[in-house]
Amino acid sequence: MTVTTDSVRSALEQEPAPAKVESHLHPAGSFDVADHEVPTGREEIWRFTPLKRLKGLHADAEFMRSATSCTWNTPEGVRIEGVSGDEARALRGLSGLVPNTRWAARVLAEVPASLLIDVPADTEVPEPIVVDLDGEDVSVTEAGHVAMRFGAHSKAIVVLNHTGSSTIAAVVEIAVGDGADVTVVSIQDWADDAVHLSHHQARVGRDATYKHAAISFGGDLVRMDANVTYDGPGGSAELLGLYFADAGQHIEHRIFADHTAPRTKSHAVYKGALQGEKAHTVWVGNVLIRKVAEGIETYEENRNLVLTDGCQADSIPNLEIETGEIEGAGHASATARFDDNQLFYLQSRGVSEQEAQRLVVHGFFNDLIRQVGVPSIEDRLLTTVEAELAKNVLKDVGSLAAFGSDD
Amino acid sequence: MSKLVITDLHVTVDTEDGPKEILKGVTLTIKEGETHAIMGPNGSGKSTLAYSIAGHPKYTITGGSVTLDGQDVLSLSVDERARAGLFLAMQYPVEVPGVSVSNFLRTAKTAIDGEAPKLRTWVKDVNGALERLNLDPSFGTRSVNEGFSGGEKKRHEIAQLELLDPKVAVLDETDSGLDIDALKIVAEGVNRFREREGKGVLLITHYTRILRYIEPDYVHVFVDGKVAESGGKELADQLEAEGYDRYLSAAR
Repeated sequence: MTVTTDSVRSALEQEPAPAKVESHLHPAGSFDVADHEVPTGREEIWRFTPLKRLKGLHADAEFMRSATSCTWNTPEGVRIEGVSGDEARALRGLSGLVPNTRWAARVLAEVPASLLIDVPADTEVPEPIVVDLDGEDVSVTEAGHVAMRFGAHSKAIVVLNHTGSSTIAAVVEIAVGDGADVTVVSIQDWADDAVHLSHHQARVGRDATYKHAAISFGGDLVRMDANVTYDGPGGSAELLGLYFADAGQHIEHRIFADHTAPRTKSHAVYKGALQGEKAHTVWVGNVLIRKVAEGIETYEENRNLVLTDGCQADSIPNLEIETGEIEGAGHASATARFDDNQLFYLQSRGVSEQEAQRLVVHGFFNDLIRQVGVPSIEDRLLTTVEAELAKNVLKDVGSLAAFGSDD
Repeated sequence: MSKLVITDLHVTVDTEDGPKEILKGVTLTIKEGETHAIMGPNGSGKSTLAYSIAGHPKYTITGGSVTLDGQDVLSLSVDERARAGLFLAMQYPVEVPGVSVSNFLRTAKTAIDGEAPKLRTWVKDVNGALERLNLDPSFGTRSVNEGFSGGEKKRHEIAQLELLDPKVAVLDETDSGLDIDALKIVAEGVNRFREREGKGVLLITHYTRILRYIEPDYVHVFVDGKVAESGGKELADQLEAEGYDRYLSAAR
């Protein structure tokens, strides 16, 4: 399914755009927890999420003392530390986030400390900043706030690496200064029982480049909202996602590119694979082109590869448009099983069926992994894809030589 | 010694109205060193023959046999047939996004030989094969068939033929959609393969054009799911002059 600019224009002529955004996709925000009711699951923004498995994170679960260790490296020129009190409070809303869920409002109001990653203006950070979050007790319900501040014309890569067992609600706020070039990668490589509810909100400065990559393999329930707004014209956001759901897993990714400034760009590509009974993935891609956002370009794409029976992939692109004066807007969504013709072609060259399936899945993810553009994690992602494949597609064969050294 | 023997082959394909018989008793023997051309009008079942030999799941064998050096081909899976020495150059090679040509070639070679090729000679072999088919060495980094021009797809098929070195090659309309320069390059590749010891070629084509560059030992006219007439290469010249009308009216 693809929407072209022309069809968008003709739709606009039929129905004049409202002056103010009134959309069920985006409930009104508030910092006051009391303004947000506990969700029932019938709300548009909650209807896919199995609330029972959230252990109350969406409602009023106690935010306990953290059982998730948090460690990081500190490349030269960067300040990274836990801050509390007034300094932490001042960071709430750094990204322009006004919470539109009860849980995010609670995180901003109740969590006493923030992890601050502060990159001064004009600083080019020579290596990725890697924050390791390793959960140790899934029975502890907890919450965290991360604030990333990238000064004008700075350049940095941040990797948030989630492992172990946690039940955690996390708000990550990202402020990308004018002309900065920032990549934020969040890897959800949790143990099977983890529950992770997260909201990543970025504000992209004038002429800045922002790349966000959400990579989800593990966990019982992982839901991430990756949102972006623009602080001035010329900003560009690339929203990437890779997920692999196994039996019983619920992995939900939502993006929201809110074009709040003219001549901004958003480009989203999310790719997922599903295998095993009751593996469930959800992708909801929201794009809003505000009246002010003339000359913008947006494209969003979601592709799912269903490897076994019994899986469900939901994929919903939403495009709301208040001005037709744009460069382009489109979306595509496809969910499919293996292509028989691809498998036949590979097998007709002597490659076994399983090896052919493996090639196709690696191929499916390869381009995306390269697009993430962080060489130090590429091998790990390929290895993890391989390990996921070993659970079903390749469970009867050993490792075959030809992989991993793709030149 | 290579010998592909097709005996009274019957094949159906599933349609909305139930199974439809496409091949109605094909009998053909390709001995080592021989090149057989199969010519016929559209819809005569030429490509069905090619895909049936290779084992495409869309086609159901309802009768007859295919053997390669005495081995029952029809009982083998698609990949086993390839490993037994069959190669199908496809009319419409399939895109495999994200899988590089070099990875694909190495994986295929490893599967066919049962062991990984020696790196140093392999790189040389691949570059040589690409060069002979007028494909840039950077071709190896591209995704298989993705964004290839029609000519590049066909030349890539013939590069595989050279590198995988099967016993019998089935070429399904490899000449279609090629300009004259690309056709010559492809034909030279096929001829290099034919010069190797003991190779058989089954060349399926709609046009006589490619037979000016690849000289067949035998020509078979394929009409309505079976061989209507067989002869030497002079039969191709006759077809060039007269077309398929004679056979088509007979079939009706």
